[in-house]
Amino acid sequence: MTSLTFPDCAIPISNRVHWIGAFDPLLRSFDLILKTANGTTYNAYLVRGQQGVAIIDTVKEEFAEEFFKRLESVANYDEITLIVLNHLEPDHTGALPELLKRAPQAYLYISHQAQSMLKGLLKLDEKQLQFKPVTTGDHVDLGDCTLEFFHTPYLHWPDTQCTYLREEKLLFSGDVFGCHFCDARLFNDLVGDFRFSFDYYYAHIMRPFKKYVLDALTLLEPLALDLIAPTHGPVLRDQPRRYLQHYRTLSTPRKEVVDKTLLIFYISAYGNTARMAHAIYQGASTVTGLRVSIFDLQGGEVEPFVDLIEEADGIVLGTPTINGDAVKPIWDLLSSLAVVNLKGKVGAAFGSYGWTGEAVNMIESRLRGLKLRVPVPGLRIKLIPTEEELATCQTFGQQLAETMTQKQAVRELDFSQI
Amino acid sequence: MAKAKVTFSDINVTVTVPAGVRIIEISEKVGSGIGYGCREGECGTCLMHVKKGRQNLSAPSFLENKVLQENMAGAHFRLACQAQVLGDVTVEPA
Repeated sequence: MTSLTFPDCAIPISNRVHWIGAFDPLLRSFDLILKTANGTTYNAYLVRGQQGVAIIDTVKEEFAEEFFKRLESVANYDEITLIVLNHLEPDHTGALPELLKRAPQAYLYISHQAQSMLKGLLKLDEKQLQFKPVTTGDHVDLGDCTLEFFHTPYLHWPDTQCTYLREEKLLFSGDVFGCHFCDARLFNDLVGDFRFSFDYYYAHIMRPFKKYVLDALTLLEPLALDLIAPTHGPVLRDQPRRYLQHYRTLSTPRKEVVDKTLLIFYISAYGNTARMAHAIYQGASTVTGLRVSIFDLQGGEVEPFVDLIEEADGIVLGTPTINGDAVKPIWDLLSSLAVVNLKGKVGAAFGSYGWTGEAVNMIESRLRGLKLRVPVPGLRIKLIPTEEELATCQTFGQQLAETMTQKQAVRELDFSQI
Repeated sequence: MAKAKVTFSDINVTVTVPAGVRIIEISEKVGSGIGYGCREGECGTCLMHVKKGRQNLSAPSFLENKVLQENMAGAHFRLACQAQVLGDVTVEPA
């Protein structure tokens, strides 16, 4: 239920631009991963130039009629010369197949990375599609105004781009600077308090791509901005630059230490994996230039550990094998890491086992799947570690530390050794 | 069987391998930072920079070339899940 009345015609947002998107106030879960306490909007826009009409993004398929109704209130289909797709996820391209039927003359402008997605989405042969891949520096003329393209990949898909209408200082940002918040008043100075929704959206959608956010900000910050028009949530016309500054704050690493950081997480049923963990900790701590920390997963919540891992250079996970598997707290931690960028961090696994010891290999595979690199083979010890085995654990920790601080000597291996 | 040396310059590791092996079969095992997604030449995640010996890798297929183009990758870049080692080569994550 909602108490607001949603307008059913296009909403002007600047001299040449109308909002022609859709309101989805009843949505409570988006893409399975986000809660949406008051729904969302699918923002699409229409730009009217002297030499044609451009459509910027569309809406989710089930809201297509709402989108077409708004579009028809301000333009005829035969006026549409081009369609810009800043992001091809289905909530922005659901109405595209029907739009192409109604405006077959329209040329599509997409990023280079979007090409294979476009074909997958429309299930059409390349020859049946009129599209032009664009990147930073490319533009398209609408007579009295120009749309300029900016290559901003991984915000939050490989295909994402931003489009700038210079004559109106208006940035069509795609999902960047968006949020799931549905309010009929549309503009950020009129709608309810969406600060939580804005930060929550960033934390779940953009956080894994902080490096790409910073790259995009470097491109976008020099632009004069009167208005940011994202694909979800309020249109940002009041102090739009504040949102760029907020994104920069959220994306800038908090870490102050100059040393590399290695985090050891373990869980232990009988204390054997714990003994291994502390021996690894001792070994790693002998190497200078590395700050090593050790945590028992039984004594902590997952969320702060995720924050630590986001800014660490390496993680080591210790788990016993119980019923042929790693234990649940380890999997809970691993399954919570999708919101942070792990690519290139060092990962390693170890554990004591009683019978089969599969857990270590499973964790190593998962670490590789999460795009960590696993330079030192995992360490498994049957039941209670001996003094000699604890010394092996120390060496394991030292090897990891040396790899991370690039102190490890050049290695030459044969294929049979790996 | 012909042998070749593959050097992963990001971790200072050189592996002697039988000719014909794909980079993906080596890089994960030694802990290079080359990351993988689909593992079948479609997603472009495993884009790698070939620092030396690009002529010593198998020629890219039509599909690999398409993915390289879509990722705006230059001539010194290949997909690690596709490229087969035919001679000495030095690579690193893109």
